[in-house]
Amino acid sequence: MDARTTPSDPLFRDDDTQEMLAASRAMAARQLRNERISAIIRYALLTAVGFVMLYPLIWLIGASLKTNSEIFANPGFIPDSPTFDGYVKGWQTSTPYTFAHFFWNTFLIIFPKTLGTAISCTAVAYGFARFDFPGKKILFASLIATLLLPNVVTRIPQYLLFRDLGWLDSFMPLWVPSALAGDAFFVFMLVQFLRAIPRDMEEAARVDGANSFQTLLFIVVPMLAPALISVCLFQFMWTMNDFLGPLIYISSVDKYPVSLALKLSIDTTEAFEWNRILAMSVLALAPALIVFFLAQKYFIEGISTGGVKG
Amino acid sequence: MGNNRFLGLAYLAPYLIGLFAFTAIPFIASLYLSFTDYNLISAPKWAGLDNYIDMFTRDRTFKKSLWVTLIYVFTTVPLKLAFALFIAYILNYRLAFINFFRTAYYVPSILGGSIAIAVLWRYIFADAGLVNMFLTSLGFEAVNWFGDPANALFTITLLRMWQFGSAMVIFLAALQSIDKSLYEAAAIDGAGKVRTFFFITLPLITPVIFFNLIMQMVQAFQEFNGPYIITQGGPLKSTYLLPLYIYDEAFKRFDMGYASALAWVLFAIIMVLTVIAFWSSRKWVYYAGDKRS
Repeated sequence: MDARTTPSDPLFRDDDTQEMLAASRAMAARQLRNERISAIIRYALLTAVGFVMLYPLIWLIGASLKTNSEIFANPGFIPDSPTFDGYVKGWQTSTPYTFAHFFWNTFLIIFPKTLGTAISCTAVAYGFARFDFPGKKILFASLIATLLLPNVVTRIPQYLLFRDLGWLDSFMPLWVPSALAGDAFFVFMLVQFLRAIPRDMEEAARVDGANSFQTLLFIVVPMLAPALISVCLFQFMWTMNDFLGPLIYISSVDKYPVSLALKLSIDTTEAFEWNRILAMSVLALAPALIVFFLAQKYFIEGISTGGVKG
Repeated sequence: MGNNRFLGLAYLAPYLIGLFAFTAIPFIASLYLSFTDYNLISAPKWAGLDNYIDMFTRDRTFKKSLWVTLIYVFTTVPLKLAFALFIAYILNYRLAFINFFRTAYYVPSILGGSIAIAVLWRYIFADAGLVNMFLTSLGFEAVNWFGDPANALFTITLLRMWQFGSAMVIFLAALQSIDKSLYEAAAIDGAGKVRTFFFITLPLITPVIFFNLIMQMVQAFQEFNGPYIITQGGPLKSTYLLPLYIYDEAFKRFDMGYASALAWVLFAIIMVLTVIAFWSSRKWVYYAGDKRS
């Protein structure tokens, strides 16, 4: 840094100043060159890494339009003779149902799960962030403990519980726990968000005679909206991608969500019908990709404020 | 706020029901089941420590699976975090297109858990797949990714490294929050880039490193989709991670007692490592004042 060697500095004599001015100019030039080289290296690295990140996905889309003989013959992503064969045949599946049916099943899980998550987590976060009550500290500690508790420990007794409730082979085990604020992460994220919002508006509403529920509904929820959108988007993604849950709980094919149907098509499709599987993989990824690109702002914000697994 | 002391608890009602029904009681029940012999048909039979003794004395699959799991976690987590930090460091610079790169790198994380991605991995690392096509075109020999026990686990590590985006976004947010005057001070004192990184940047983001470390570790210990779809645990059980073994014992062989014991061993390992991390964090995690992120 050459900030100290300004010519007007009274500590330096004139000839010194000339010399130092030259030196500092040289230094500035060197710095500029270094910065340029550094920027070039950074861009080169970032582009190379970006290519490695995205090429598999680009290849996947291209390969889903290739003929089966071309998939393993050509590393490029542009098909020689594009065909929708994979999509047409893959969509039919080897079952009596088409993929439309499996997408519908996924929706039947996602809809109550996301809605239930949004409602229950908002209420619970409101309770934690705005009220004092006996046992609050212990309960909040339990929330953090749940956050860190690996699901693998509770999975077997949960299965037995759902069996006793007669919920096996239904969508209930897949969304009811979430609708009871079971995803501690979302509660935690909303609590953090609420704590950062000043209470003035809520107090004003209370003075005007609103009860706590009206305050929640008309004051807090609108302010929470951006965080709630993040919550819904993440829940949508995770549910869309969930595989182990359906694998354990859903046994009849007519209730399969997309993830299980895709696994089924790998198992039942003949060994060389690759493009069908790739085409259905593209479709399975499509909803998540579309939602991500439409709403990426909320993902990045959600992840940097709350910190998310992924 | 609120005149009734219990009003807050009313808002917590869904959480309380869920906590007891789906977390607390199952948690205790699984500990109990781990001391029993239970095949879903007859009632659980108390077996004392039998499951645990069997596991550590007779069960060679468990030993193999435990070993594979530890190797997997201890390679995947450091590699992924180091890579995420490296890219975040490069991105944390006045670059044009920074948002574009950030988004591009984040896409694989978003799709991460999907089994469609696991399917894609099977194709990319197949014998005649994309990776080998590139390797041979560059003059290298094709690698037998899934057939060779020495390589198979690493393909899953690569899959999870490919999803470094979410850890990177968290690192990037932390890097961007570092006070720029610290760098200026270091530059005036003549510190180079490497020294600045290790003595200023790294200590200041230790809270975030700690957070990422715990989250990624807990997640890596529970890896299921990757090995289940890509390698089915093979070849020679070289990718047979503990969650796969637990799944097979519980939902294929319906040996719920033994599966619960396996789950508790996995849980105990995660807990011990988490406690060690928390305990050691006092020595290496730096919190500026009380400003915790």
